[in-house]
Amino acid sequence: MAEIAALHHLITRRRLLGAAGVGALALANPIWAETAIDLPLPGGPGARPITTGFPQKGPMILQRTRPPLLETPFEVFDKGVFTPNDQFYVRWHWAVIPTDIDIGKFSLTVRGHVNQTLSLSLNDILQGLPSVQLSAVNQCSGNSRGLFQPRVPGGQWANGAMGNALWTGVRLKDVLDKAGVKPGAVQVRLKGLDEPVVPDAPHFMKSLDIDHARDGEVMIAYAMNGEQLPVVNGFPLRLVVPGWYATYWVKMLSDIEVLNEPDTNYWTKTAYTIPDTPHASIKPGQTDVKMVPINRMVPRSFVTNIASGDKVNAAAPTTLRGIAFGGDSGVASVDVSIDEGKSWRPTTLGKDEGKYGFRQWQTQFTPPSPGKYSLLSRCTNSNGVAQPDTPNWNPAGFMRNVVESVDIVAA
Amino acid sequence: MFRKFLPAVILLGVASMAFAARAAPLELKSVKIDLPDSDRMFPDGPGSDAINNNCLACHSAGMVLNQPALSKQAWAAEVAKMINAYKAPVAAEDVGPIVDYLAGLKGAK
Repeated sequence: MAEIAALHHLITRRRLLGAAGVGALALANPIWAETAIDLPLPGGPGARPITTGFPQKGPMILQRTRPPLLETPFEVFDKGVFTPNDQFYVRWHWAVIPTDIDIGKFSLTVRGHVNQTLSLSLNDILQGLPSVQLSAVNQCSGNSRGLFQPRVPGGQWANGAMGNALWTGVRLKDVLDKAGVKPGAVQVRLKGLDEPVVPDAPHFMKSLDIDHARDGEVMIAYAMNGEQLPVVNGFPLRLVVPGWYATYWVKMLSDIEVLNEPDTNYWTKTAYTIPDTPHASIKPGQTDVKMVPINRMVPRSFVTNIASGDKVNAAAPTTLRGIAFGGDSGVASVDVSIDEGKSWRPTTLGKDEGKYGFRQWQTQFTPPSPGKYSLLSRCTNSNGVAQPDTPNWNPAGFMRNVVESVDIVAA
Repeated sequence: MFRKFLPAVILLGVASMAFAARAAPLELKSVKIDLPDSDRMFPDGPGSDAINNNCLACHSAGMVLNQPALSKQAWAAEVAKMINAYKAPVAAEDVGPIVDYLAGLKGAK
């Protein structure tokens, strides 16, 4: 009991100190900015402040202040396929996040089932290994969780817990080869500098199978969109796992441990698991289901230039534009429907910036008569997988990829 | 108008390609920031002291206040998860009041 009381004291002290610091900061740089937004979450609450209070970040939808959960305002996705760093969404599990990072002191450790333990400086990584570039979508496993029905607990995101960047870095394979992976290695466990507030809580770590870690695509990024990462997006190093959900994209990556047996840590084995069913979907209340770690992403598409509630001209052509991504493969096609999915027509795809990134699409449509319309967009990826027309459901609110609808009026 | 712009666009294109070709590796710079905190508390009511005292060390109140209405059973499961999986040091006598508070504030109707 005394231990718990001491811990409470420590935590309270830490909170008070933190709050005092922010009090001073708030005068110059208010967390609560001038505007708010109402996210269309069924049953609510959808009201969120737009904050400009986070360093290195522009206007963001404030889902949680500490640890930060910041959502990208959806209009950002209409501006192009690369999401600006200062509006790239942010998601942390634990509140102890280093805020003072000295690039001369930072090191990345490679240890475990290897021939040689390494401690790599940023210079070792930037100057000593071949540099690679790749555009890839980083999407939270629970992106769009707030749209699940029935609703489920967790971060209540609309569709903005995703972003696409051009990542520059080194191959994880090259780093592992430098250490020399021993025969019998099965997984690689990745850990960042963030820490839980409560000391015995599980440190955030994720593991990839050894063959995946060595596939030459998984990379350690030191730049996004040509610049160093914002601190809240994982400066100085972040794992990039193309085609896989962002839970694997460990931020502030500082420790790589090669394992000779499967990882049993909480974050790999228990958290971030999905029903082993089509679309990771089950009926609410269903429990007799095998759970597996979340893994590859699935295709999605969005209209970005028209929002629900907008009015368009009837009997005149309207431009319809959006983004799509294939998940674990490229975008083969995006089709749209204005008649509840009875008929679909193709759209024109924009420049291909790489199979793991966003791809823009565009078309024109003319409402045949005044009235209400639902604009549907459906991405089919290059593996032939298309977005489903009914929403999935699981208790964690993971992997939504139903055909989304934008409801408008033509007049 | 369009023709006037064209040479400039081509020049820019050439310039940026040349830059990309001989771009030096990115130079990282040390960073020191301050993250904002939140002093938001849970609205007053039976159990608000228990939830304010136990839950705000690990996360700000907005996380909870943004949640949808959930059944009391679902709230009990959330509180249990915080204690068992995330090791929240919640005193045993505070668990009931916290669950009741959440079910009262955000219970399924």
